[in-house]
Amino acid sequence: MADALLQVEGLHVTARNAEGETVTIVRDVGFALARGEVLALIGESGSGKTTIALSLLGYARPGCRIAGGRIQLGETEILSLSAGELRDIRGRRVAYVAQSAAAAFNPSRRIMDQVVEAAMIHGTASRAEAESEAVELFRALALPEPFRIGARYPHQVSGGQLQRLMAAMALIARPDLVILDEPTTALDVTTQIEVLRAFKNVVRQRGTTAVYVSHDLAVVAQMADRIIVLRDGQMREEGPTPQILDAPAHPYTQSLLAAAAPRPRAPGSLPEAAPPVLRVEGLTAGYGPADAGGMPLIPVLRDVGFEIRRGAALGVIGESGCGKSTLARVVAGLLPMARGSMRLGEEALPPDIARRTPDQLRRVQLVFQSADTALNPSRTVAQILGRPATFFHGARGAERDRRVAHLLELVRLPKGLADRLPGELSGGQKQRVNLARALAAEPELILCDEVTSALDTVVGAAILDLMDELRRELGLATMFISHDLHTVRAVCDEVMVLYAGQRVELGAGSAMAEAPWHPYTDLLVASVPELRPGWLEQTAAPRTPEAPASRRSACAFFPRCPVAIPGICDRDPPPLRALAKGSEILCHREEAELLQMLPSRKEALV
Amino acid sequence: MIRNALLRMVVARLALGLLSLLLVSLAVFAITSLLPGDTAQEQLGQAATPEAVAALRLQLGLDQPGWLRYLHWLGGLVSGDAGRSLVNGQPVAALIGARLPNSLLLAAATAVVSVPLALAIGISAAMWRGTAYDRGVSMLTLSIVSVPEFLVATAAVLVFAVHLRWLSALSYVSSIDSIGQFIRVFAMPVLSLCCVIVAQMVRMTRAALIDQLRAPYVEMAVLKGAGPIRVVWSHALPNAVGPIANAVALSLSYLLGGVIIVETIFNYPGIAKLMVDGVSTRDMPLVQACAMIFCAAYLFLVLAADLCAILSNPRLRHR
Amino acid sequence: MSGEALSDVPPPRRRRRWPLLGLLGGAIVVFWLAMAFLGGLVAPHDAGRIVDMDVFTPMTAAFPLGTDYLGRDMLSRILHGTRYTVGVALAATLLASGSGLVLGMAAATRGGWTDLVLSRCLDTLSAMPSKMFALVVVAAFGSSVPVLVLAAGIIYTPGAYRIARSLAVGIAAMDYVRVARARGEGTAYILREEILPNMTGPVLADFGLRFVFIVLLLSGLSFLGLGVQPPNADWGSLVRENIGGLAEGAPAVLMPALAIASLTIGVNLLIDNLGGFRRRGGEGA
Repeated sequence: MADALLQVEGLHVTARNAEGETVTIVRDVGFALARGEVLALIGESGSGKTTIALSLLGYARPGCRIAGGRIQLGETEILSLSAGELRDIRGRRVAYVAQSAAAAFNPSRRIMDQVVEAAMIHGTASRAEAESEAVELFRALALPEPFRIGARYPHQVSGGQLQRLMAAMALIARPDLVILDEPTTALDVTTQIEVLRAFKNVVRQRGTTAVYVSHDLAVVAQMADRIIVLRDGQMREEGPTPQILDAPAHPYTQSLLAAAAPRPRAPGSLPEAAPPVLRVEGLTAGYGPADAGGMPLIPVLRDVGFEIRRGAALGVIGESGCGKSTLARVVAGLLPMARGSMRLGEEALPPDIARRTPDQLRRVQLVFQSADTALNPSRTVAQILGRPATFFHGARGAERDRRVAHLLELVRLPKGLADRLPGELSGGQKQRVNLARALAAEPELILCDEVTSALDTVVGAAILDLMDELRRELGLATMFISHDLHTVRAVCDEVMVLYAGQRVELGAGSAMAEAPWHPYTDLLVASVPELRPGWLEQTAAPRTPEAPASRRSACAFFPRCPVAIPGICDRDPPPLRALAKGSEILCHREEAELLQMLPSRKEALV
Repeated sequence: MIRNALLRMVVARLALGLLSLLLVSLAVFAITSLLPGDTAQEQLGQAATPEAVAALRLQLGLDQPGWLRYLHWLGGLVSGDAGRSLVNGQPVAALIGARLPNSLLLAAATAVVSVPLALAIGISAAMWRGTAYDRGVSMLTLSIVSVPEFLVATAAVLVFAVHLRWLSALSYVSSIDSIGQFIRVFAMPVLSLCCVIVAQMVRMTRAALIDQLRAPYVEMAVLKGAGPIRVVWSHALPNAVGPIANAVALSLSYLLGGVIIVETIFNYPGIAKLMVDGVSTRDMPLVQACAMIFCAAYLFLVLAADLCAILSNPRLRHR
Repeated sequence: MSGEALSDVPPPRRRRRWPLLGLLGGAIVVFWLAMAFLGGLVAPHDAGRIVDMDVFTPMTAAFPLGTDYLGRDMLSRILHGTRYTVGVALAATLLASGSGLVLGMAAATRGGWTDLVLSRCLDTLSAMPSKMFALVVVAAFGSSVPVLVLAAGIIYTPGAYRIARSLAVGIAAMDYVRVARARGEGTAYILREEILPNMTGPVLADFGLRFVFIVLLLSGLSFLGLGVQPPNADWGSLVRENIGGLAEGAPAVLMPALAIASLTIGVNLLIDNLGGFRRRGGEGA
């Protein structure tokens, strides 16, 4: 490429591992980037994408070393620069936007000081010029109160805003190249779409040349002109975005794409008349002392009801803080509910573990999100799996070994892993052991809390497949908690949407593909990026949320609702409304109104 | 409203400090008054007549219930009357009053020397972490904090007084007429105390700053093109002020332990020496009063450390 | 599935080697521990007997560490003193760390009032500088080995308690403990099998540090003449009684001081390299 702004050739990066050996983490990477182009580096954890991105700034994290190659930025050969010359490049010609803005902002300095710092360091503008430029950027990035937000401290603004402020910080010195390193990964999906939209606008307006690092193909499809697929520090495939998405050549790219768009796993195969395993009514729970009415000081869940039939999977979805994990803890008895009732099969299920019979304890099992904290690091796999077998079924000696072997087989793990410690297993293997421990009890219901969110897409997809098979084989009822609509829709027969602790929508999984929805579900559905370029532009901008809910409204979603009726929604609790598609929602709006007022997203799920 | 939240925390912390002091006084009194023997008997010796013992008991108020004696004692302390020495009958307040300025002078001289020195070494070691300089500082400070204070002090005597003959090994505060004399008298005790405190403070300062230098926002500053000085001074240090102030206050509390050894070794006429003598002669009123002074000083330093941490937290300062 | 097999590689199984400094520290600690028990047996002379007419003799073949202010063999006196320095400190550390661990785990698992009361009481205890507490106790009860063990043990309990409590609280919030509780396991099982095994590393390191603090405290007390009383002597008392030899740089005053330094630095080195222990500890289970 003759007019390339950036040219990378034969990049090698090495790192020193725990044993002090040198290992290559990026091997022979080369690419070119034209001015005004956006290039995506995509890969899973450990693929070397962040390492490559950082080396474009001539930077290697402690323990890593750029061992070879050339990085040519315009006329400058970055890897041959001295420390002082590198400082001159960083922030002025190449700028960086980090994954977690909350951590990358200095907590004790005002936002404006940090945003204009690069301009001050490099003397590209006077303080006054830099500040007015910053305000322009704040406006372009759709930040609220652009004139005043700079005077605040980082902990005084939201995560989505910080991420956009960080983009302003990167662009302040008008760099030739901007590196965006997973800038939306830490955000909720409804926040992500706004940040993406703001980034996209600024990049387009300014003709910015950018490298966009991500593990999420759907996000990259919105941002990038070209994609490089990385794995184990090597390039696997490179091409224009449409080509990578529509005609991937490398098998690894194909598996990534397959995992990114999970196919529904043939729901509805269970008999309609299957008896309910768990029935929950009017569940209210929270933290802190309860008032006279039994309402806890900090309520997390309010008046939630649902049932799960034998062999069925109920998906629970909502953004962080909506109470979905608390729900699993309440059902498991770890957090006794304040009000409501639970029935397990035919019998009432006491709210507190201490009052549950051993049989009841056996029938409900928990599987936690992060296998790293869910498995005791000092016990072997055999001990972890053997304990519930002994505890619930009195299995000892050879019988216990037999059960452990059977469980490993059930989750498709080799028997040889039995004497390993969790630290010696991969992420996917740990999650399988985590699952096997729940199965050891021979439960009727398993509660899965974000079981795939800590895993790479491909590994997570394999776990989902396994769970689906097990559900069919063993007739297990499953409560599947997730923040990811794709995942939930793919594995669940029924979906419950939680917002601020309330069940705003409950319906069949298939009904989630059909309008109308509760306005929050609608926002959620509309915010999940699709695997096609141009989706971001075609999706209507949701009403700017983030207006702080200063008072407690009758409908929790009122402050963010695009179709709220002032005077009603903020005063009266929303009624339960049955929709024609068979779902129930909590909303003041009639079905016809919702259909009419939120019409633009009918095609969103096609 | 915003200020009030911070103010409430500060007031709460002050109240907690006072409560601790009260509880400490209770503990000191309880330990020293739960003697297996009888103070009066012990003081008069085995040969004393029962009448004499009874009279002394009455005079010392030992016939009263424990809680009343505690209240009397506490009231006396608060009003500056700490009773009389069992050994020489002088008012404890006067004994302490004669010695306290000496100890305060020693502590102040040590603080003035050690704080700037320790901060300079600690911050520079953190700035050049991983270099030979840093490793040397780490090894040296680790060695100093892992040996007893008396070893440092005796080593100092050996080097400066015995071998080099620069300084006098004993201190006589009464004979200070000139700066030179002042230095000769104070150099050895201050030097010994400084060794221990500087080592402690350097380790804590370095750790606090390195903790901040590992933070993602420091990497961000580096990637904005900030040089090492800017990274440390305008990014890491503002966030390390709380931990460093904490480190300074806590290290100074080591002074309280160190001063006991150092005053004894150099025969320095301070309050710590007074207390050690009091312990040897089991002069309870003296020991109690000295212990309370040390505990109050300690609590004050810990309180100062906590207040620094509260006041330097941006999340608390700017709600 | 094949995709997973390719991208989801478990970390290799490795046995970590002992770093050299850790080995050195371990060797020093083991040596002094052995001397605490065997010191009296291997000592060349009776610690109390005057074996040389000369006092403060330098190192000679007959008296490898010289003689003291009365002409007693220093090597024998130091070996004898090990029992007091190492033994008393070890007993006090066991007391402090043991009670700290028990109370800390009790506070962490019971929470509520138990936690509040325990934390408040132990905070008060730690509001006194360690030397001050020891001096007050010695003033009240006189100095004897049981008083020293108790005093040092009590002084260092709050620190051990705080560490144990925060570790136990942290582990109790782990998902594997929640799973065990949801399974209906009793408190005893959870403490023994789920919490305790995962605390051993940091608790052992804290034990070592606490041991160092106590050695320093007791040596300091003895140096002031308020610790181990004659005719017995720990290393701190040895420095005190031979301080007269300081002016001539006699080994009698330097050697016990060096013994203390070697012990504390050895323990520090061992703790700093304790990381190597953990894997083995887990495997033995």
